Order: sequence, then structure tokens, then C-alpha cells
Amino acid sequence: MYEIVSSVKRDYIVDLAKQEKRIDARTLDQYREVDIETGLLKNAQGSALVKLGNTQVVAGVKIERTEPYPDSPDCGVLMVNAELLPLASPTFESGPPDEDAIELARVVDRGIRESGAIDLDKLAIKAGEEVWAVFVDIHMLDHDGNLIDASALAAISALLHTKVEGIKDWTLPEFPIHKKPISVTTAKINGKLMVDPCLDEENVMDARITIATTEDGSICAMQKGGIGYFTREELERAYEIAISRAAEIRKHVG
Amino acid sequence: MDKPEKLIVDGRRLDGRLPDEMRRLKIQAGVLKRADGSAYVELGDNKVLAAVYGPREMHPRHLQQPDTAVLRCRYNMAPFSVEDRKRPGPDRRSVEISKVTREAIQPVVFLELYPRSGIDVFIEILQADAGTRTTGITAASVALADAGVPMRDLISSIAVGKVDNTVVLDLNKQEDNWGTSDMPIALMPRKKFITLLQMDGHFTPEEFKHGLSLAFKGCEQIYEAQKQALRERYSIKSEGE
Repeated sequence: MYEIVSSVKRDYIVDLAKQEKRIDARTLDQYREVDIETGLLKNAQGSALVKLGNTQVVAGVKIERTEPYPDSPDCGVLMVNAELLPLASPTFESGPPDEDAIELARVVDRGIRESGAIDLDKLAIKAGEEVWAVFVDIHMLDHDGNLIDASALAAISALLHTKVEGIKDWTLPEFPIHKKPISVTTAKINGKLMVDPCLDEENVMDARITIATTEDGSICAMQKGGIGYFTREELERAYEIAISRAAEIRKHVG
Repeated sequence: MDKPEKLIVDGRRLDGRLPDEMRRLKIQAGVLKRADGSAYVELGDNKVLAAVYGPREMHPRHLQQPDTAVLRCRYNMAPFSVEDRKRPGPDRRSVEISKVTREAIQPVVFLELYPRSGIDVFIEILQADAGTRTTGITAASVALADAGVPMRDLISSIAVGKVDNTVVLDLNKQEDNWGTSDMPIALMPRKKFITLLQMDGHFTPEEFKHGLSLAFKGCEQIYEAQKQALRERYSIKSEGE
């Protein structure tokens, strides 16, 4: 379902962008306030509630035994799923994940997987027969824009605080996680780049670019979305923004 | 498939290409009779068909937009297109690719000229060998032009990646499996506007910039082949030729 935006509001946001201003009075490269609470759900091995301004997302980690995939018999399994719950927005409907939910989950998955944050090869129990599966389920609670960053942050926070006590016959000293990949999404409105779009901005943006980076400044995943385009210079600027904002956000993460 | 010891030997890739070299590319426009527009593209061992239906009445009607046409894309892999049979129907990967394909193509289509209509793009992967989403986008834009849909430009698309610490253009299957990064890109070639960008793996900022340059260069070659295919399709041949 689409959000209906009045043309007055659309023109207002687009016009503000021309003056390098934003509807919530932030500067173009200002991220909203980040709040992370971890370990709030006792039946999950790891959990995190992330607030990004008014956006709220909760992620839970469950770890279970499973059979490995045939193409990686000695590796653990990472599964990321996202639910756009109807309680989070009037535009979300119940039912199986739609393309937005699938894209969201897959972008978060790639950010974590490709950074090598989790040592999946340590999660084998008996190669070819049994491995540990790490399920990350992300539930949107309140949608005020930039669900991708909020979800990625909730997922990595929950994983970093995953406790292995209580998992029956756990095989390792601890949960093998090392890196802190951080995703930063930048929207383009009227030719201006603005980080961490709120919902009003998301509704009128031309395009967005999500860049996941690790501590050393290297890129581990990217995804462009929306029906607009980016120039090469805009992408390079988006990378600069992603690096500096990620460094700040990383301080909030475990 | 076992991991080869090296993916680049003496500056050449395992299929003999240089790092900035694309696979063999073949594009044909207007290959299907019933579709309003169609294209067939081979990039190396990829074989991809694209068909366009529309602009036509949009069904279901509640999806009609009063001020614009709606573009729909479906990326579909045939069960026999890959080594192990793929279960038919959309999986999560196909759903995501269909979405980013639509977003890659939509900026060039004058949808606002066809209120209440639908334009459907169907991409069928017959044989897959890494790079099917970009090959599909390349094919889809030729099929749209073949259908006579008004467009600002074509869309050319190619992937770059990193294998053995070298940034290379147009990954093949082995390089996709064993390489460290993969970055599919789609471009409006005349203005160099980027309409698709995905990446997974590991890039330093310098490698990212170099990758963009390689992709831009690859898209130029694809653009020429796309225009050539359309010219061949619509050129008037004098009798006796």
C-alpha cells in the first residue's frame, strides 16, 4: 500500500532540500538520535530494541541445530527475516513478506554476512551432518523512515549481545562474532543528499543508497533503491557520509 | 565445482580475458512474435529472453494509477537454467531482483504518457552463468525500445567484482563463486546516471571507484551493441539484399 502525500507537503520538502534544509530541522548529514537496548527478551539468545528518532525496530536471535546446506557442508547457517508488521504503519498489511520486506531482510543479511562478522565456519558441529543455525528475526514496531538502518543496527546489536548459556550442548566457548558492520542510508531529494531519511522524506525521495562499512572503512554491502538515479560524484559523497556516520553509530553498539 | 588455486594467472583470467575485458555479447531485438517488444541477449554463457507487453489496460484494475502507467517486472529463472534444478516460481532472490530491475528501468520510461495503463516486462533466464540480473536488465531495455515505448535512454548493465585482489569486469561463474566481491550496476549511458547499484563482498574505497570506472566502460560497449541490435531490427533493407 502507498502512503498518500499531499502535494503541499511534497513541494515543501523538495523546496526545503533546495535550501539544504529538512522537514525535521536536521542538517543534511545529521543522523537522528540512536537508542539501543539489548538483552530485553529472555527467551531469545540475543535481542535488541533500536530507536532511530521515532522509528522502532526489535530484533531477536535464536540458535538451533540444523542440517548444513549442501554447498557449504562445514559452515553454520545464518538466516535473516524481516516482518513489516501491520502494527508499525497503516501502509503495512498482514500476510507473507512482500518485496519490501524481502529486500530489507536481504540487505541486512548481506551487510552482516559479507563483512565476515560471524565466523560461520566455526559453527559446524559435525561437518556435513549438523551445524548451528543463527536465526535473526527483525520486527518493525513503528515506521518513521529508514527501516533498513534501524533493522541492520538491531540485528548486529542483538548478535553482539548473543549469550550462549542455555543453548543445549553448545559446542564453542562463546558466540563467534567479531566485527561491527554498520549500514548508513542516504536519500536523494531534489539533487541533495540527506542521511537517515525520516518517513516524510522517504515518501518523496528520488532514490536511496545504503552502504554497509566495517571498522577499517571498507565497504561490505551496498544497495540502491527507489526509481531515481545517482551520479558517480553523489555515490562517492554518500560513501564519505556513510563512513563518518558509521563511526559515530558504532560507539552505541556493544 | 572445486575452487581453482588461482583465478588470475599471468594477468589473465581463467577464460583468457584481461581484467577489463567483457565476455562475448550478442543482442537481438524482436525475437518473439506475440510480445509487443522482445530481445534475446547472450553474455558469455548467459542466455536471457525479455518480453514486453503494453502499454495495455492494467489488471487488476485497482492497481491502475490515474496519472501514470505502472511498470511491472518479473525476473524468472527456468528450473533448467542452473546446475542443480531450481524449484519453479519466485524465491526471495527473484523477488528482490524483480524489484531492483524495475527500479533500474523505470527512470528512463515515460510512464506519465499512459495513465491507467500497465507495462509488463518479463525476463526469462534460460541459461545462467553469473550476471543474469544485469543481462536481464540489458535485454529488458532493448525489448522496451523494440515495443516502441517512449524512453529517455536505454539502460546498459554489467557487474564488476574482485578476484584474487584484482578488480575485474563482468564476472563469470567461477569468479562469482570464488571471488571476494560482486557489484552489479545499471547505467543510463548518455548521462552516466546510475540506476542500479548493489554490492556484496569487500571493497576498499579505491577499489570501489576503480570498479565504477570499469563498469562505465563496460556499459559503453553494451550500449553500442544495444543500439546496433535495434538498428538491425528496424533498418530497411532494399530488395535483392
